[in-house]
Amino acid sequence: MADVTITVDGKKITAPAGALLIDVCRKAGIEIPAFCYYPGLSLQAACRMCVVRQEKVPKLQTACTTTVAEGQVFFTETDEIKQARKATLQLLLGNHPLDCPVCDAGGECELQDMTFKYGAGESLYAEAKNHRDEQQWSPAVFYDRPRCILCYRCVRMCGEGMDVWALGVQNRGSSAVIAPNAGNELHCEECGMCIDVCPVGALTSGSYRYKTRPWEMNHVATVCAHCGDGCKVTLGVRQSSEGAKIIRADNRDKSGMNGDFLCAKGRFGFDFVDSEKRLAKPMIRNAQGKLETATWEQAIRVAAEKLSAVKSASGGEAIGVIGSNFATNEEAYLLQKFARTVLGTNNIDHARTADYARFAKALAGKPGRSAGIQDAAWAPAILLVGGDPTEEHPLLAWNLRTNARLSKARIYIANTQSIRLERQAKATLKVDDYAKLGEMLAGKGNAFAEAVKGEEKLLVILNGDVQGAALDALLKWGLDREGVQFALLGGAVNSRGAADMGLLPDSLPGYVPVNEPGAFANEYANAPKKPGMALHEMLQKKLGALIVQGTDPLGELGVDGGSLKDTFVVVLGAFESATTAVANVVLPASTLYEKTGTITNNFGDVQLAQKAADRANVKPDFEIIVRLAGAMGVDVRTLVPFGKHGLTADLGQSRGAQAGEADRHAVWLAANNLEPKLSPFDPMALLDEIERLVAGYKLDRLNLFAGNPAKAEPGFVPVSALAGSGTIQRATAGLFTTPGLSQYSTQLAELAEHESPAKAVAAD
Amino acid sequence: MTKNETSPETMSIFSPALSARFDKLVGKYPLRRSALVPMLLYAQDEVGYISDAVVAEVAARIGITELDVRSVASYYSMLRFKPAGKFNVQVCTNIACMLRGGYEIFDTFSEKLGIGHKGVTADGVFSLEEVECIGACCWAPAIQVNYNFHDELKPENVDGILAEYRAKTPEGGR
Amino acid sequence: MNLEELNQIADAVRAENGKYDYAVNVCQGTGCLAQHADQIQAAIGASAAAAGKNVQVRRVGCLGFCAAGPLAQLEPEGHLLKGLSVARADEVVSSLGGSPPPGLQCELSELVEKQVQVVLENSGKIDPEKIDEYIERDGYQGLVKALTELRPVDVVQQITESGLRGRGGGGYPTGLKWGMVAKAAPGQKYVICNGDEGDPGAFMDRSVLESDPQRVIEGMAIAAYAVGASKGYIYVRAEYPLAVSRLTSGLREARRRGFLGNNICGTPFDFDIEIRIGAGAFVCGEETALIASIEGLRGVPRVRPPYPASAGLWGKPTLINNVETFANVPPILRKGGAWFAKVGTAKSKGTKVFALSGKIRNTALIEVPMGITLREIVEGIGGGVPEGHSFKAVQTGGPSGGCIPAELMDIEVSYESLIQAGSMMGSGGMIVMDDSSCMVNVAKFFMEFCMTESCGKCIPCRAGTVQMFELLAKICEGRATMDDLDLLIDLCSTVKEASLCGLGQTAPNPVLSTLRYFKQEYIEHIQNKRCPAGVCTIKHEEVPA
Repeated sequence: MADVTITVDGKKITAPAGALLIDVCRKAGIEIPAFCYYPGLSLQAACRMCVVRQEKVPKLQTACTTTVAEGQVFFTETDEIKQARKATLQLLLGNHPLDCPVCDAGGECELQDMTFKYGAGESLYAEAKNHRDEQQWSPAVFYDRPRCILCYRCVRMCGEGMDVWALGVQNRGSSAVIAPNAGNELHCEECGMCIDVCPVGALTSGSYRYKTRPWEMNHVATVCAHCGDGCKVTLGVRQSSEGAKIIRADNRDKSGMNGDFLCAKGRFGFDFVDSEKRLAKPMIRNAQGKLETATWEQAIRVAAEKLSAVKSASGGEAIGVIGSNFATNEEAYLLQKFARTVLGTNNIDHARTADYARFAKALAGKPGRSAGIQDAAWAPAILLVGGDPTEEHPLLAWNLRTNARLSKARIYIANTQSIRLERQAKATLKVDDYAKLGEMLAGKGNAFAEAVKGEEKLLVILNGDVQGAALDALLKWGLDREGVQFALLGGAVNSRGAADMGLLPDSLPGYVPVNEPGAFANEYANAPKKPGMALHEMLQKKLGALIVQGTDPLGELGVDGGSLKDTFVVVLGAFESATTAVANVVLPASTLYEKTGTITNNFGDVQLAQKAADRANVKPDFEIIVRLAGAMGVDVRTLVPFGKHGLTADLGQSRGAQAGEADRHAVWLAANNLEPKLSPFDPMALLDEIERLVAGYKLDRLNLFAGNPAKAEPGFVPVSALAGSGTIQRATAGLFTTPGLSQYSTQLAELAEHESPAKAVAAD
Repeated sequence: MTKNETSPETMSIFSPALSARFDKLVGKYPLRRSALVPMLLYAQDEVGYISDAVVAEVAARIGITELDVRSVASYYSMLRFKPAGKFNVQVCTNIACMLRGGYEIFDTFSEKLGIGHKGVTADGVFSLEEVECIGACCWAPAIQVNYNFHDELKPENVDGILAEYRAKTPEGGR
Repeated sequence: MNLEELNQIADAVRAENGKYDYAVNVCQGTGCLAQHADQIQAAIGASAAAAGKNVQVRRVGCLGFCAAGPLAQLEPEGHLLKGLSVARADEVVSSLGGSPPPGLQCELSELVEKQVQVVLENSGKIDPEKIDEYIERDGYQGLVKALTELRPVDVVQQITESGLRGRGGGGYPTGLKWGMVAKAAPGQKYVICNGDEGDPGAFMDRSVLESDPQRVIEGMAIAAYAVGASKGYIYVRAEYPLAVSRLTSGLREARRRGFLGNNICGTPFDFDIEIRIGAGAFVCGEETALIASIEGLRGVPRVRPPYPASAGLWGKPTLINNVETFANVPPILRKGGAWFAKVGTAKSKGTKVFALSGKIRNTALIEVPMGITLREIVEGIGGGVPEGHSFKAVQTGGPSGGCIPAELMDIEVSYESLIQAGSMMGSGGMIVMDDSSCMVNVAKFFMEFCMTESCGKCIPCRAGTVQMFELLAKICEGRATMDDLDLLIDLCSTVKEASLCGLGQTAPNPVLSTLRYFKQEYIEHIQNKRCPAGVCTIKHEEVPA
């Protein structure tokens, strides 16, 4: 729409005609207070806080319903307006309990802030307040009716935003009240968005209430550990005797690529860090076959000696390495580099949840074909193939719903089952399997296919269960057309990163084939060129030694531990598991919330995870691997480039990079204006190397370190990349389940129990 | 009378006639839920009040949530979630009636029946309600018993009115 | 159907009526029915048969003089009988042709002479359930004329010329509203008749719907033709069962005669009407709330714009007018806008129906020309306050209006002058108060009404009405201070200025108008702990010395 110029408080502002005044003002830095207005939700004009004076209009106008037009003149902070807002606040406070000192929202309460700003502190209305007891609606949601100011944000967020419609308004007038969908209980997705948008302390979080005060916490923004969408989550952390304890998780400043959104797992599933199953100390299996605690030095030494022994006795191929979908990119990269260059094995894999290698191979050499997760919120048309994002990828589902609601995006769904997003879909196609879908789309005469092909710009989102030939056919169909972008959905938080970083038996980082290592030939001296064993093979082949990092292959794959009877098993992990039960050395590792590194989401958005919590005696996998390598007698500089060694002497010109004598890393750092990192335990040192060597990872550091996503680009993957081989294991995530993680969260278990079919029967 | 059981013929808690009426009603509007308020009124006329079963069946018939039905139903003062008496005495205490003694009439009913606003007598015969203007201002004070008007009342008329209705109950008829 | 056929129907009715020597028109409005007017009608019929008199005993709509019911009117003499009972049926029959039985005759002069009947022209004259009787009194000539002689734009022009303004209270020019809907993008449009009459003390719409339903149906059909709508809804309160049943049979009759349905009067015009029943929510009288209610939502108002004229029911252009507004339409079409504009003041044309109630001798449903003075209504038509009392004020406009004191009794009735006096026209309730009425208590009553009827959506109305009520209760009970009064005044302006819809914006009016004219009564309650009218129970608290 055409731009218009309006004047607000004497300042000229240009904005698109028809935009809401409140948005225009906020963008221009003019704060307009509001309770009921919430961007993206339907307009209420109920709280009357956003009143402004428009020139030549007799009554005060609400900025949330006023659309801007050329030449309008507004005043937003005159005495008259301040008085009107103050009067409204006084009315609200007339029945609002002044229990701020014990209210969870104290310090983060919009009503408190506005009362402070407009000086409505004194109580004008002396009549008795209408007290009601607090209600617990679910393990996650508590409602304190007297505190409620009836802004209806929660009702609209639940309905319009989440498409759950579990909250309503009942009765009328001063008896009006927010009501949950099952009598006195709430049965829903337990996303907690209602708590998040509540401007006061009427809706409070079961996991956080009465735990602390907001100003007593540090707030650390990091990446949610649960699914591959990669929401930014802010962890509220308080110092405790055992380190730094996470008190809550929320979406505090809404600055992440998830915008307003956070799901139940992100909000309530942080307590895995305090699971009873956390490994507290290193352990070594003693002569009696029992695991006993040990010091870090002992454990590392025992592991290193045995690994060295197996390698010298049977060669690197007798050792297997299983990595994780939950580790950072730097850890995954380090683990495979350690396997290939220190252990001398290509027996390295992880539990794959989507065929990213095949995806990368198809997109190699074709930049601009890979979408970011925010594109799902903006793309004019989306083809969603397979999966159920509402359950497995809540942010993606949110983006799709928001896009359909606010931008009228056309969503096409092809699925073997019926999924909730069909309610937002323009067309739905039931398929028996995805193998014929590519062909069908390419063919003629099918109404669904014709509609999809009628789209000039299309985002194709493929669930991880679209594999093999089916995946190839769909990618080919889309790549043959202009304006089509793709995403492939993996299961866990860093499924994409694990594959991108080369936790694969046949591919180096960036899907470079092990037998044609290219630049890696110089970097990974002596790395084996023959592809190694895939995950299942390693578990069956009775290897001499097996390193398992951050995963529980025995438990998750249901493999019998007996096959590892004669294998020396080293586990780096955070939790007790079926695998630790058969381990020879157990090394307790940090969880994602206790370390720093980068994470790549399903869409290739790379984000920085930051250390929030701290726990005595556990170490990040990164540090453990470095120490293991050190104990094996390796110069850890060959694994992690750190310090100033070699840099000042030679910038690589005099003797030539090909000679192998130049410090290529130092040259690269200098060329990119980066300082060398000073510690071998600093994962950022490897981020530098990743950027230097992994083709798709040319990251915008400014954005990355500002807490924004930086996009990885599979289009830069070499065209020689290998299509994947090996099995894709899919354990499906749910609203409260993350395979490999949620079993350690008590809060998620409670939510799952509350929402179990038997209990939720009263809800819809 | 309260009726919450599903009849086997219609698979509905409503009578066949009302079921048929509902079938017609929900298909009538551009949006099915537009039939909601009339359905609740008719259901209340038949069942006596908006019972949980009424909420559930109306929600299912329209295809909205029970919460949605409750949110709407609780907004309207004529819809009730508890059974009323067989005879629901609605006393207007709005301005025209108030000026002419509406509250005295209400208080007399309240005293004679031993119940207050929205109360139901123990035998379930009478319930009492204070209501807004029933448009009988010229004959104030006025009351409505179910859909019958009685107007220009004085407190001494109350006994007669109660007797008139009590006579209509099976017990009263004997 | 054309004019000729209408005349044939009318002639048939006249021929039928002409067969009788006498007619007894028994009022069967709600008030008279409550006093068993139906049994009285049956008794008179039986008595006439027994006496062998050639009498037509007819059911008619409200005869207006409600305080004196049950009523009947005798033809051809025109005597109005009051206080009828079954026991006196024989007397009535035997008096036919002579003077009415003793004690039953009403003195009509004052009641009738100041009135001008347009909307109520058929009320008490026809059987509300017989469409042919409506046709006999020129019914449907307006619609036939519109459909066969006028373009939609000409119809709008007639309404604009008439100067008719919304009778629901706001007084928005009807022609302008019709023009907006007519100009909205073509496609599905709706006409809604707002019969959610909720103002305390107002029952004009009820009476019109009960006494002359065809008039409203015809008005809606004309409107639908003018704006291009094909579907209409009449929203009636569930508290008005008789109105609903008369409308139901009225719609059936209208369909039978071809005034509703497809190809009305042989033209391409299709239109039908459905009744929607409210479930008890005053706010549903607000147009956007009414639309929400029909859509099956909580009947809460929403922000305007968009106005219903552009996006109303189910998002389509929608014309909403009040019952009385539509009831004015048929005669305007029949006789022309200019005819209508002859009655009234410069800016308020035509007549207005009022329900006169409260502390007044003749409670009645009346129709008066705009421009009449309040004194003429109260003292003339209403006969003043009961013996031994003195007139104090008249309340108009329901909870949105105000109390006009005795000293302003000579102002004329028009939209502007009533607003100037701190009240408003409203839908037509006119409640008279005398020295036994406490004005603070009246203000408290209206505030309580607004508080219970507030939908609760916006803060000023939801919380403000509660606090205003509490303050008024405090004043009534003698617990208040002068600071409380100041707080009340501030609160009035907050709620008035900041509320979302009309209910909230006008909720303080009863307080403001009583403060304007009867502030001394407030002060008496506060400073002297005394209710001048003796209505309020002052709680005397021991003040420690």
